[in-house]
Amino acid sequence: MIWLTWRQFRGSAVLTAALVAVCATVLAMTGPGLADRYARGVAACVADGTCDRFFDRFFDEYQLLFVLVGFVLLALPAFIGLFWGAPLITRELEAGTHLLVWNQGVSRVRWLAVKLGLIGLIAVAMACVAGLVVTWWSRPLDGSAVPELAQMTPVVFGARGVVPMGYAAFAFVLGVTVGMLVRRTLPAMALTLVVFVAVQVAMPTLVRPHFMAPVSATHELGRVNVGGLHVQQGGGEVRVAIQPAVPGEAGAWVLSTELVDGSGKAVAGDGQDAPVAVSGTSGPCSPQGAGAGLDACWAEINALGYRQRALYHPIDRFWPFQWIETGLYAGLTLGLTWLSFWLIRRRLS
Amino acid sequence: MTPVLQARQLGRRYGRRWALRDCTLEIPKGHVTGLVGPNGAGKTTLLKLASGQLAPSEGELRVLGERPGTVLPKVGFVAQDTPVYAGLSVGDHLTLGARLNPTWDARLAADRIAELGLDPRQKARRLSGGERAQLALTLGLAKRPELLILDEPVASLDPLARREFLQGLMEATAADEFGVVLSSHLIADLERVCDFVIVLVDSRVLVAGEVDVLLGSHHRLTGPRRDPDRLPSGQYVVSARHTDRQSTYVIRTDEPILDPAWVVTPLTLEDLVLAYMERRPAAGRRAGLEVLR
Repeated sequence: MIWLTWRQFRGSAVLTAALVAVCATVLAMTGPGLADRYARGVAACVADGTCDRFFDRFFDEYQLLFVLVGFVLLALPAFIGLFWGAPLITRELEAGTHLLVWNQGVSRVRWLAVKLGLIGLIAVAMACVAGLVVTWWSRPLDGSAVPELAQMTPVVFGARGVVPMGYAAFAFVLGVTVGMLVRRTLPAMALTLVVFVAVQVAMPTLVRPHFMAPVSATHELGRVNVGGLHVQQGGGEVRVAIQPAVPGEAGAWVLSTELVDGSGKAVAGDGQDAPVAVSGTSGPCSPQGAGAGLDACWAEINALGYRQRALYHPIDRFWPFQWIETGLYAGLTLGLTWLSFWLIRRRLS
Repeated sequence: MTPVLQARQLGRRYGRRWALRDCTLEIPKGHVTGLVGPNGAGKTTLLKLASGQLAPSEGELRVLGERPGTVLPKVGFVAQDTPVYAGLSVGDHLTLGARLNPTWDARLAADRIAELGLDPRQKARRLSGGERAQLALTLGLAKRPELLILDEPVASLDPLARREFLQGLMEATAADEFGVVLSSHLIADLERVCDFVIVLVDSRVLVAGEVDVLLGSHHRLTGPRRDPDRLPSGQYVVSARHTDRQSTYVIRTDEPILDPAWVVTPLTLEDLVLAYMERRPAAGRRAGLEVLR
């Protein structure tokens, strides 16, 4: 049975493995250079305190590749579900070969067990390799990423660490189960994609924020958490916009952020701006006073009691979250596996 | 002796539609059994139930004395249209059989493939319909089953390939003792290989028996027009056809036909089966409507 599984599967396995290997080789070759540049850049910027600027420049240079690599890793499980999972049963049903293979001396429960076990294992192994290589490669970029692409944010989190293994296992078994229900290849592939994407969207929006109680904290305003400072021409009001980043918590996943005034009342949410009661005509926040640097302006605003209030998951929860989410997907995978065995016994012929 | 197949009030339903209902039949051991009937009579469903592909919705079924599905290694099954893996070679199929069957006879398989002149390296998608059917049959035979079930194996083959396929099947059954159940709506083909026949119409067995016995006890009578109730009591009417002056009866009787008014002609298996199938509107109207619903 293992022989047959491998004989039928080796084509697509070798093809996918080759693609993963090519991507991994490219990353393996560029990774050391990237890490080296990062290390030298950090060493240089620590000396003169310009690390913020270095991070911006460094990340900006590689942003496209960074996003592309993450996207490929997110797409890999979907690919496995669509092209390995969904056709596993439907191809047999469409060609009628299930009547051939299920009438040999091997029961169809055993047939399914070997298919799911062997191909599932290969899928998980590939996702594991891909996930760890990407995690290793993107370490310098994760250290310098913009807050929107911080390591804990949904898009990046899913393309790091061990969760790709959970996604791959789930997508594969999902494809197989959907194939059993739909019984035709193309509709099964389409439905698999829809369900998988829906779960992938629901997880970070509805479930993942509640893995642990988020940290709620107020922070003084500064360069990190203020997205924009506008002073009206001719000395009008000063407006401050808050952004989803928390000082001293690089890589954090900010669930909500707002600007509160001295009385503790929220005056602006994420992406909005609000006037603050500092003078825009004179003093450190005026265009004339800006020569002293913005730090004096921040000090003035903070002195009036303005603060950022944020709800976030700090970066040190990265690995706990990874394991919790992998565990959840493993649970879903087991449930679907049970369903597929039930279906192959009761429903299919 | 345990029958190879025994069904009691067997039924299988797809949703609300019954594909087979209230089917009771018994196939004794040691025969090549032909299962005939019109399309939709439930032949395929019965054979799928027998091979354990389907579970019965009601009733009881025993294959080789046991529940179907528990005797996988002992039952060979060649499905309708003889499916094989297009992407695998002939040799791969033999390896598949060897790996998946505890009782695989590699020698028999290799010999058969050589005899057929098939190249083991050839991909199955390049085989002709006849060659494909032969490959599927080889898989079924080399499994060394106690019962080999074939569902319309020759329906899509041309006459020559059909004859070669049935020839191969006959040679195999002559060489070894194993039961065969073969369904077909091509009665002429069955006549060549079967020594036992079952006519299944609307899930009901209209007649079952050894071909020789059936042919010996059924006759066609042609003569002047006569009502059926004026026939002797030992003569059971299977079908009747009347013109103004003439009557043609197909009857079953174990007694000699003495009436000199009749011209008695022997029946072929096809005549016999068709005579039973003609009766359907009268005998099975209720069942017929249920299938159509």
